[in-house]
Amino acid sequence: MTKYLLLKHYRGAPAAVNDVPMDRWTPEEVSAHIQYMNDFAARLEGTGEYVDGQALSPEGMFVRYDGEGRPPVTDGPFPETKDLIAGWMVIDVENQERAVELAGELSAAPGAGGRPIHEWLELRPFLTAAPTVTE
Amino acid sequence: MDDALLRALTPTVIGVLCRRGADFATAEDAVQEALVEAVRRWPDDPPQDPRGWLVTVAWRKFLDVARADAARRQREARVEAEPSPEPAASVDDTLRLYSLCAHPSLTPSSAVALTLRAVGGLTTRQIAEAYLVPEATMAQRISRAKRTVAGVRLDRSGDVATVLKVLYLVFNEGYTGDVDLAAEAIRLTRELRGMYPHPEVAGLLALMLLHHARRPARTRADGGLVPLAEQDRGRWDTDLIAEGVEILQAALARDRLGEFQAQAAVAALHADARTVGETDWVQIVEWYDELLRLTDNPVARLNRAVAVGEADGPRAGLAALVQLDPGLPRHAAAAAYLHERDGDLVTAARLYTEAARAATNQPERDHLVRQAARLNSVRGRERGRG
Repeated sequence: MTKYLLLKHYRGAPAAVNDVPMDRWTPEEVSAHIQYMNDFAARLEGTGEYVDGQALSPEGMFVRYDGEGRPPVTDGPFPETKDLIAGWMVIDVENQERAVELAGELSAAPGAGGRPIHEWLELRPFLTAAPTVTE
Repeated sequence: MDDALLRALTPTVIGVLCRRGADFATAEDAVQEALVEAVRRWPDDPPQDPRGWLVTVAWRKFLDVARADAARRQREARVEAEPSPEPAASVDDTLRLYSLCAHPSLTPSSAVALTLRAVGGLTTRQIAEAYLVPEATMAQRISRAKRTVAGVRLDRSGDVATVLKVLYLVFNEGYTGDVDLAAEAIRLTRELRGMYPHPEVAGLLALMLLHHARRPARTRADGGLVPLAEQDRGRWDTDLIAEGVEILQAALARDRLGEFQAQAAVAALHADARTVGETDWVQIVEWYDELLRLTDNPVARLNRAVAVGEADGPRAGLAALVQLDPGLPRHAAAAAYLHERDGDLVTAARLYTEAARAATNQPERDHLVRQAARLNSVRGRERGRG
């Protein structure tokens, strides 16, 4: 079993096929999209493959250490960094083939016009704990 | 409260219920419920006969479910409330349960989860914690597994090789949580060997014991990995080693070699060496040759190349490595090590970095990054002097 992160972000990947921002959808299309995501998560729980899913607020800030005795420096958000992470799902699956299959299904979530968004999702395996037998 | 006793009795009690006509899935649930009740009641009221107590309570729980089910379907319950006197606890029942939980129709992770619950007597929560998934997800994984094997007849014992693979996975895969799954795998393999003394069962048990013996020396205080060559051999558990070697020798004497015996033989040769310099690499290469005759295992091919590097020098190891697919797991790590031994620190450092990027687990990745950093800083200092 390997855990995979399905990451929905807007950094580096080409635009989705059905690339209409969510606020231009009809309310019914928004509801249908959310329903699809909930059903997907429920189905994965049923197959024993679901670990976690979270959506993130689009608003955030940058923070860094600024030296002993000083408060951390905050900055941003920077409008030029279009690397917004929208959310993620963590799955625990038998192999990479299954992870790709599920990511494909998630990317088929309906968007504008009720048609699949075909958005790019980044698929990254988690590093595991070390196995016992190595030699 | 004897948790170990309860867990040890779990498969026997499931076996008794199935023999009395219960279906496996319902029997397994009933026994889990009986275990919960035992945990609650035994501390104040310990039974004279723990096994009999569990059978009685589990059977009652099974009947409740079977009757409710029959009422729902408006059918007669086919099971008798008072079973006929049961036959003596049968080793075969338990053996069949091991086989059922490792049935080839199950995915490896389902087989592992089902084995830990029905054979190991662990709770769903403990298994979920060990593999870092939500309890609801693990519960579903287990009930799907039970549905998958529902049609399998319990009266036919399966191939022991599939059981050994599942027990090996339990032992070898990393885990978290309170339950020591490596120790659990050893316990279940010991039980299995008691019932089914096949040399490969003994081989797997020996392999587990010999690796478990090194556990105190394998990890730094900060969780970092200590490679075999750098381990403090004084911290190896000599009792476990002695037991593992004895079990292995008895198995090998039966002259039915298998892959677990061959792997255990390699582990025994490492355990035999008081210092890394005393390791008998020539014999280790021979055992890897045996192993590769038995199974085309990519990890074994890579480990053989490293062993050749130790037996005949790094150039020979690199020559063996060149013949292997560079896409094999840990290929870059093995190449880095052999190049370092050969004195080519530039190539070694580059390959350690490459290997770190390809690592699939964190302790190994951290170790490889440290190796690259070590070589790069040595070269940095040399440049500083020059």
